[in-house]
Amino acid sequence: MAESVCRSLRDGVLEGELAPALTIKDSLSSPFGFNVFSHILVQLSSHIVAGKSQSRGMVIVSLSRSPSSYTGLLKMNGVDVESSKKWIHILDCYTDPLGWKDKTRKSGDIMDPSNQILSSYKTVKDVNKLFSVICDLGRGLVGENKSRFCVAIDSLSELLRHSSMQSVASLLSNLRSHDQISSIFGLLHSDLHEERALAAVEYTSSIVASVDPFHHSVDGQGSYIRNSSEPNLTKGKLNIRSKRRNGRVRVTCEEFKVGPSGISFAPVSAVDGAAVAGLIPKVQFNLQLSEKELVDRSRVVLPFEHQGNGKPIQIYDGRRSLEESNNETTPISGGKKEESGRGEIIYFRDSDDEMPDSDEDPDDDLDI
Amino acid sequence: MEHQGLNLMDQALGFHSNVTQQPWPLCGRFVLVEDCVDTSGAFVLHHILKHSFTSRPSSAVIFLAFAHPINHYDRVLRKLGCNLSSQRDNGRFFFLDMLMLQCPVEGKPKHDGLATVFEKIERAISELHPENKKFVTVVIDDISCLEVAANGSSNDVLDFLHYCYTLTSENGYALVALNHQDIYSDGERPAFMLEIEYLADILVKVDPLATGLAKDVHGQVMVLNKETQKQQGISSIKVQNFHFKIKENNIEYFYAGTRT
Repeated sequence: MAESVCRSLRDGVLEGELAPALTIKDSLSSPFGFNVFSHILVQLSSHIVAGKSQSRGMVIVSLSRSPSSYTGLLKMNGVDVESSKKWIHILDCYTDPLGWKDKTRKSGDIMDPSNQILSSYKTVKDVNKLFSVICDLGRGLVGENKSRFCVAIDSLSELLRHSSMQSVASLLSNLRSHDQISSIFGLLHSDLHEERALAAVEYTSSIVASVDPFHHSVDGQGSYIRNSSEPNLTKGKLNIRSKRRNGRVRVTCEEFKVGPSGISFAPVSAVDGAAVAGLIPKVQFNLQLSEKELVDRSRVVLPFEHQGNGKPIQIYDGRRSLEESNNETTPISGGKKEESGRGEIIYFRDSDDEMPDSDEDPDDDLDI
Repeated sequence: MEHQGLNLMDQALGFHSNVTQQPWPLCGRFVLVEDCVDTSGAFVLHHILKHSFTSRPSSAVIFLAFAHPINHYDRVLRKLGCNLSSQRDNGRFFFLDMLMLQCPVEGKPKHDGLATVFEKIERAISELHPENKKFVTVVIDDISCLEVAANGSSNDVLDFLHYCYTLTSENGYALVALNHQDIYSDGERPAFMLEIEYLADILVKVDPLATGLAKDVHGQVMVLNKETQKQQGISSIKVQNFHFKIKENNIEYFYAGTRT
């Protein structure tokens, strides 16, 4: 549940534990990871502004989106960015991650003093330095005391591209164990990386939210559904796997729909349940009996029960002696053909000891 | 058909929407064209190139050519009814000839091969007439040649594309690039192509006809338009499939099964 994820990020860290960390995974077949990321970003920052969360500030490391898009996003959702109390800082690794633009402009590392919430970072390949810069910025927001801040990294994939898996994993675990950080969350494109890099990132996070396509693509992973029946793709599923401290893992699933106004979540609709029910073959009869049917059934007199009332029971058990069988209407003693035109089976019993044929229906000659 | 601006490709790229009021529909967007050996996707570049010159009086194109010399584009565009030389004289077409570009080998002290290319783009933009700066399109033909120039370092290419991409978000320029999908399709580095696809706002995939060669159909196109809200991310993904036939002076686009 997206709500519960926001809640656990908001509640932050318990003393002596690692900070909760959320990794949002998406893939090209459902590239809505950034929508989930921005949803959580907006939720969390409104909690921070309202003073309802453990963290008092937020540091956004922007690698794949421009910093102005974040301020725009927050303003659009009614979050006060330029409030008197400074609570947000955006570390700009997007505009000039490698310092190329610096060379042409010769502007040096001087920060624009008028811009209070933005600072640029030009050596993305140096992840250790990135860690210390993030911590410094956070400390600048919340002060040196016990209060905490949270960190948002908008593309772990970019980080993984610029530096090794080990250094990114150590950055994440350093952030989690930092004593002033209350929570971290980041976005990862799962199809860009090796399995082990994904696993390393997932190990260092307590919650993994994976954005999956609504329908499973037929043509395998990594490509869009080519001849998709619906030309507009707006829906998807969010699978959330959260780990408790005691090791319990909880997996939940939710549907989402994106639109011009943002992303909206809904519990998995009952369509799935109906589809499962539809798989059971429809039968014309009941497999169970009702109360009344049970009573009626117990009243039925079975054929062999109603025969004995007064008269001799005429069930041929195949072992009668000859004199009784003489009374029967069709004599079975051989040699006497009354009407040759009629077909008839003549049967001689070899002896009285002979058992009836095993494949013959024992009830065949019931006389009811 | 071409002049009405209403063919399928125009619609898929969003050109049909109110021509005069909106800015250039590709503003702030990255169009990635993916083709393969059997079917060249260069015609999509030509289409966009021509459209940017004809639909806007004040637009400029910065063309990074790694694949062909200028004469090639000049001839092709002239057939489509657009004179590149005169546009160049007007200061609306900047041709950066990168055919002989060879980045210094890694390990040398000044390893900034593609950084200098980006510098050239920035310089070209700064030299533009202020009037023409409104609708700038940066065209890269093509990414795999760029990779060759970068000594096969795909990471450098991605860095370079990232920098070009920052131009789209900061200044509202359009970025159009051609890439060859079959080079990256198998095993080794599929992530490179996927990485660019993540960047792209509009993906145009050009393939040969799935059912085999045909005389009247030269290939099929899939246009995947991520309707992005720059703040919110993607709001929906629109997919369109159609066929095309390349003629001498224009290209016909049509839905599958509508031509016999």
